[in-house]
Amino acid sequence: MPILGVALLAACTLAGLFVGDLLGAALGLEANVGGVGVAMLLLIALTNLPGRRLGPETPTGNGVQFWSLMYIPIIVAMAAKQNVFAAVSGGVMAAVAGVLAVLAAFALVPVLSRWAQRP
Amino acid sequence: MERIFKFAGDNGLLVAFVFVGVIMVLAYFLSRHVARGKVHGSAIAIALGLLLAFWAGADTGGKNGVADYPLLAGIGVLGGNMFRDFAIVATAFGVRMEDLRKAGLVGALSVPIGVILSFAVGAVVALAFGLTDPAEITTIGAGAATYIVGPVTGASLGVSSRIISLSIAAGLVKAVLVMVATPLVARRIGLDNPASAMVYGGLMGTTSGVTGGLAATDPKLVPYGAMTSTFYTGLGCLLGPSLIYLVIRAVL
Repeated sequence: MPILGVALLAACTLAGLFVGDLLGAALGLEANVGGVGVAMLLLIALTNLPGRRLGPETPTGNGVQFWSLMYIPIIVAMAAKQNVFAAVSGGVMAAVAGVLAVLAAFALVPVLSRWAQRP
Repeated sequence: MERIFKFAGDNGLLVAFVFVGVIMVLAYFLSRHVARGKVHGSAIAIALGLLLAFWAGADTGGKNGVADYPLLAGIGVLGGNMFRDFAIVATAFGVRMEDLRKAGLVGALSVPIGVILSFAVGAVVALAFGLTDPAEITTIGAGAATYIVGPVTGASLGVSSRIISLSIAAGLVKAVLVMVATPLVARRIGLDNPASAMVYGGLMGTTSGVTGGLAATDPKLVPYGAMTSTFYTGLGCLLGPSLIYLVIRAVL
């Protein structure tokens, strides 16, 4: 049943976010630490149980797959609710800091990925 | 008219589905006929979303882009953290464990490297613009990490609200630029496999930027970048007001 997939996905997301919330609180932070990452690992683990792999073509898998396909529209909605006006009108210092941080990170991506792919 | 607003407000999420659907149709049309397939439809859709958000922000003076129009309040739900996290986790369906493991160590290392890099760049820019107080310099550096690390760090270091809003603006510039620029530079920086996506997510850190940028580049890479970037804001909030502030104060 597709609802089982949706329920599984929601349960993994809730569990992961709660763990991230507790982790943040334990470190004394007002931020969620890695909650989405934990939730993803949980979903990967539960859909790849030995001998019970959940495929995307199964009815249960469809329930997860649907939300994975809804990802881009949700990101478009997220883009449409960003405070772009504040970003653009935030002043020169903010713009320079933001732009240079992005350029520096882009420049490091090939360096670190070469290292990651070293046999 | 009043009736339509109330009706749309009561059915906000459904209005949001239609609104995003129309943007997607328009974006894919532009991708095929104007950009002749050179720019991916989802990249155009995200750019259109940002453009509309800019326009709405200038018009309403609010913080939430088009979601500040009562008619489009549902966009705030569909594009809010709950649905975003739900859909990001869903993209992990079909991820192969061995791909994650292959880039595991470097992927994990890329997060602290990215945090420190952003703080360093932001701090240097703050210095260049004449700031001298270490707490203020750290806060601008934190904003160059993400727009959440900025205010969290600034609040705990007790800097003025002007500096905090500058740090948020720096983080927003970063998020918007990452969304727009990633598909343009992806090929040049070798962003075409799970390992480099993990490194990229860890170095950039801004979850909205990373997930938007990867969606516009290659949706298959989204889970790998999201996986590492999700640890970035937490680490930034942890290191910013403590270790990094102490280092910056010692250096000055």
